[in-house]
Amino acid sequence: MLALQLAWRFLREGRTQSLLILAGVTIGIAAFVFVSAIIEGLQVNLLEQTLGSQAHITVAPEEAPPRALMRAPGVAFARRIAPSEPRRRPFDQWQRAVRRVEATDGVVAVCPKVSGSALAYRGAAEEAVKVVGADAARLRRIVDIPANLVEGQYRLGGDEVVVGTSLADKLGARVGDPIRVRSGDRESVLRIVGIFDIGNEMVNGRWMVTSLRNAQTLLGRVGDITEIDARVADVYEAERIAREVEARTGVPTESWMERNRDLLTGLRSQDASTTMIRVFVLLAVAMGIASVLSVSVVQRRGQIGILRAVGTSRQIVLGVFLWQGVLFGLVGAVLGSLVGALAGELIETSALFDITVTPRLLFTALGVSVATGVLAAYLPARRAARLDPAAAIRGDE
Amino acid sequence: MTMTPPLLELEGVRKSYGNGVTTEILHGIDLSIRQGDLVALIGPSGSGKSTLLNLIGLLDRPTRGRIAIEGQAAEHLDDRALTALRGDKLGFIFQAHHLLPGLTVLENVMLPSAASRGGFHPSMRAPAEALLSGMGLGDWVDAWPRQLSGGMQQRVAVARALMNQPALVLADEPTGNLDTATSNQVVDLLRERNAESATAFLIVTHDPTLARRCDRVVELVDGVVVYDGAPSGMKSWD
Repeated sequence: MLALQLAWRFLREGRTQSLLILAGVTIGIAAFVFVSAIIEGLQVNLLEQTLGSQAHITVAPEEAPPRALMRAPGVAFARRIAPSEPRRRPFDQWQRAVRRVEATDGVVAVCPKVSGSALAYRGAAEEAVKVVGADAARLRRIVDIPANLVEGQYRLGGDEVVVGTSLADKLGARVGDPIRVRSGDRESVLRIVGIFDIGNEMVNGRWMVTSLRNAQTLLGRVGDITEIDARVADVYEAERIAREVEARTGVPTESWMERNRDLLTGLRSQDASTTMIRVFVLLAVAMGIASVLSVSVVQRRGQIGILRAVGTSRQIVLGVFLWQGVLFGLVGAVLGSLVGALAGELIETSALFDITVTPRLLFTALGVSVATGVLAAYLPARRAARLDPAAAIRGDE
Repeated sequence: MTMTPPLLELEGVRKSYGNGVTTEILHGIDLSIRQGDLVALIGPSGSGKSTLLNLIGLLDRPTRGRIAIEGQAAEHLDDRALTALRGDKLGFIFQAHHLLPGLTVLENVMLPSAASRGGFHPSMRAPAEALLSGMGLGDWVDAWPRQLSGGMQQRVAVARALMNQPALVLADEPTGNLDTATSNQVVDLLRERNAESATAFLIVTHDPTLARRCDRVVELVDGVVVYDGAPSGMKSWD
C-alpha cells in the first residue's frame, strides 16, 4: 500500500503543519459532536416533557356536526353555522377499535380511557379537576405515573385515586385522605392512594386518575369511553401512523404532532439551524485540509516529480494525497469526538437536561469527518497527480 | 541470426513548446545507445540537453519522431504503460540529489522497487542494503537524507537509480553540485557500475573532465547533434 505508506511519511515529515491542521479538524469535529449532542439532548428533553403526559396518538369521535336548517323537504342549506351545544356522543364499538389500533404497525401500547370535567371538594376547598379513568396497566404504558410517584402507590382499584402534587396541595390532602368528587348530579368519594409529579402543571394540578369503572360511573358514561390513547415506537412517525389508524377505525385520530404544531415547528427550526452550524463547521474543516494539502503539493513538487520518475503511477500519487485527507479526517474524528464528549460531560452538570453522545452520533461524526477529509483532499490530490514530472523536477510552474 | 535491437533508439525526434507561436527546441535527433554504453551528452546551456533527457526518460513526449526502448516504441503508449516502462527499464540521477526527506536512506533506495510492486516490502531490504554497502554507505541505511553530506546523498541517488537493475541510467549533471574530489568519487562509482554490469549510462554534463572519462560523447548545439563519437575525436571542449 505505497500510497498510504507515503501519505504517512509526508504527514510525519511536515509534523508541525500536520499537527496544526489536525488540531483544526479536532476542534471542528468536537464542535460538531458537542452542538449535535446538546441539540439532541435538548430535543429529547422537550419531547419527553411534552409526551410524558400525553398520548402520541388519540382516537376520539368528533362532536356531532351542526344541524342544517331545512327550508323545504330534501333541500338543505346553512344560513349560519354556530357551534352546537356540547353533546355526549358515545364511542361506538370501542372494543373493536382498540383491537384495530393495537394491530397497527408501529403502535406499541393502547389504552381506552374515559375522561371528563368534575369538581373536587375537601373541607372548604373546591377545585375543578379532570377525572381520568383507565386500566392501570394500560395507562402506565401511555403516561408513566408509577415512575413519577412522590408518595403512596399506583393502584386504581375500588375507590382508589391517584392525584398530582399541585392538586393534592390545593385540596390540602395527603395519601389516605378521602376526596368528594362531583360531576353533574353524580357524586363519589374517592381515597387518595398515590401522589405524582409528572413535571407538567396542567396534569399535576388537575388530573385525578382512577379506574375505568369509577370514572365511567362518575361521568355518566357507563360502558363507554371518550378516547383511545396510543403510544408509537418512533414519535416522528406518529402522524403517518395516526392516518393509518384513522383509516382502519373510521374514527377521527390526532397525533401529538398535530396537537403540538408550534413545538414541532420549533424543533424543525432548531434542526435547520443545527444543520447550518454543522455545515459551516465542516466547510471550515474542509477548507483547512484543502489549503494545507494545496500548499503541500506546491512544496513537494520536486518530490512528486521524483516519485513519477522512479515509476510511481498517477493513481498512487493521487492516493498519497487522498490518504492524507482520510488520515486527517479519521484521527480528527477520534480526537474531536473525545473532546466533544468531554465538553458535553463538563457542561451537563450545569444543564437542565441530559447531554448524551450516542454511538450513532460518534459514527456519524466519523463518517462525516472522513468524507470531508477525502473531498477536501481531492482537488489538491488531482493537481498532484496531473503534475508534469519533468516540469516538477525542474521546479517550473 | 536475429539482430538485438539497440537499447535506445531515437529517429527524427523533434520537440516544440508554446501555444500559437511555437519554438522548436530539438530539430530531428537521431541517436542510438547500446547495452553497456557510457555516453556523455554535452552542449552549451539552452542547447536542448535536458529536453532530450526528459524525452528519453519518458517524462515528456516528442512533438514528432520515434523513441524506442529495447525495440518497444514509446510514442503511442498511455501514461500507465509509460510509467511501468520507465520504472522497469530506466533509472534517474538528478543534479540536486532529490532524495525524499521523509524517507530514510534505505527507503529512498527501495523507492523504485516499491513503486513497481505497490509498496515497501521486507524482501527489498537486502538488495538495497547491498547497493548501499557497495557505495560505502552501509552504516547509513537508517539515517535521514538531511544527516548526509552532498556527496553521500548523490551516492544514495546512484544506488536508487540502480535498484531496479535498469537497462539505462539517465544522469542529469550528477556532479554539478559537488566539489572536485567528490565528483571524482561519483564518476568512479558510475564507471565501476558500468563496467561490472550491462547497464548503460547517458550522462548530461558541462564538465569536460567527466565527459572525457566516458566511452562516447554526443554534442548537442541548438537542438542538433553536431558530434557523436569518441572523446578523443572532439576538436574543442569549449
